[in-house]
Amino acid sequence: MKKVGIVGHGITQFSRSDEKIETVLLKSVKKLFENNSELDKEHVDSVLVSTNNESKYLSPILSESAGIKPKIAHSIESLCNSGTNSIVSAYSYIASGLADMVLVSGAERYDSPGQILQWDNSRGEFKHPIFWASIFAKSYKRKYLISDEQLASVSVKNHKHAKENPNALSNKTYSIQEVMTSKKLTDDLRLLDCSRPCTGGASIILASEEMTKKITSNPTWITGIGQMTTSASFTKNSSFSSMESTKLAGRAALKMANKEIQDVDVAEIHDAFTVCEPMALESLGFSNAGEGMKTINEMNGTDDFKINPRGGLIGCGHPLGATGIAQTIEISQQLQTEAGRRQVDGASVGLVHNMSAAATSSTVLILEK
Amino acid sequence: MNFETELSNGKFCIPECEKCKKITWPPAEFCSHCFGTISLKQITGDGKIIEFSKQGEHYFCMVEFFEIVRIIAKISKTPKIGQTVKISKCGIKNGDHFFQII
Repeated sequence: MKKVGIVGHGITQFSRSDEKIETVLLKSVKKLFENNSELDKEHVDSVLVSTNNESKYLSPILSESAGIKPKIAHSIESLCNSGTNSIVSAYSYIASGLADMVLVSGAERYDSPGQILQWDNSRGEFKHPIFWASIFAKSYKRKYLISDEQLASVSVKNHKHAKENPNALSNKTYSIQEVMTSKKLTDDLRLLDCSRPCTGGASIILASEEMTKKITSNPTWITGIGQMTTSASFTKNSSFSSMESTKLAGRAALKMANKEIQDVDVAEIHDAFTVCEPMALESLGFSNAGEGMKTINEMNGTDDFKINPRGGLIGCGHPLGATGIAQTIEISQQLQTEAGRRQVDGASVGLVHNMSAAATSSTVLILEK
Repeated sequence: MNFETELSNGKFCIPECEKCKKITWPPAEFCSHCFGTISLKQITGDGKIIEFSKQGEHYFCMVEFFEIVRIIAKISKTPKIGQTVKISKCGIKNGDHFFQII
């Protein structure tokens, strides 16, 4: 298979703005080309748009607005992991030789219809994500004797990281007490345990090895991809205290990259809710079962930015279609030593974990310098 | 006979394949194992609470029937893990299925 590199990226400020989806998409593409003056639009032969927005024909619209005439142009929707699904599609087009340079642009508005999976009637009248997250939290806390206070530290850590990220929705730090006294949504979830829907865009350009080497002296490479879909309905999950799809996707990605989890220096984890971070760390093998919080507390205590350096979904906000791309941009910047005050020293192998609908599907990417 | 029609009449039925006899859940037009025709069976037997949480004054529980059919249902009394329950009320409200258990 041909090698695929990341040659450029651009991201918008994540906010609660009311801009049109087309504007959000174009803004991140504008940023991308401003950040990477060496990129020639003429070389972009594919444009993929990642979003759950209901507007149609967005890839041709974005292409026209950006002055690109691509061979391949279409949208990709897969709820919260639309972004990494789009990157995997771009990778496949390049690795197969169908494309040489692919622009992947993800965007969402704060009022995205992708936040609720109407189809899943097994959830009854409890379709909002706070209900599956409450079941996860209750189940995880029960199984491993974890307290609300311990879970609150995930939010404390990720807001702290986001404070160093100029594009994050949140610019505040919070104490454990503040998380624990934030608005109560259910017995097992407070407002600050949750990632927030927001408006934001993120764009990335992937290219073939030859093209990558021609364009940049500081590329990053996608060396591992793992994906797994176990179901669509939340109630089909085999466990509510671990993530089966993440386990399988993580294993596949590491195998493809010929790496062990211990080789990973920095990772973006899909912390849609606080409980998701320890569950994902355990399912990916960063921590033993039930010890995810121990890992998180150690990092929090030493200001180690290894997990969710950009602030995760909790700190950055969660514009669904842009999230996986924003996560990948962060890991790419970390490997390029361009992450500013969030920089993890000596990062040479990074991991992206992006999932949808209560971990019924997961994508894991491995990136290397 | 359609799952949603039955549900809107307050009847909770299990979708079973006429050909392979396996249950397809959530309900669908065809069997998810063999694409056979689905027929509905009135539920018999108890469900079991496998997890729950609470929003405001209302508990919501994950309930399992026959180790395969799971729903999220309301219960008025404090639930317990492993508790056996029956569906006391169900239907469709504002397009969403709803289930009440006792």
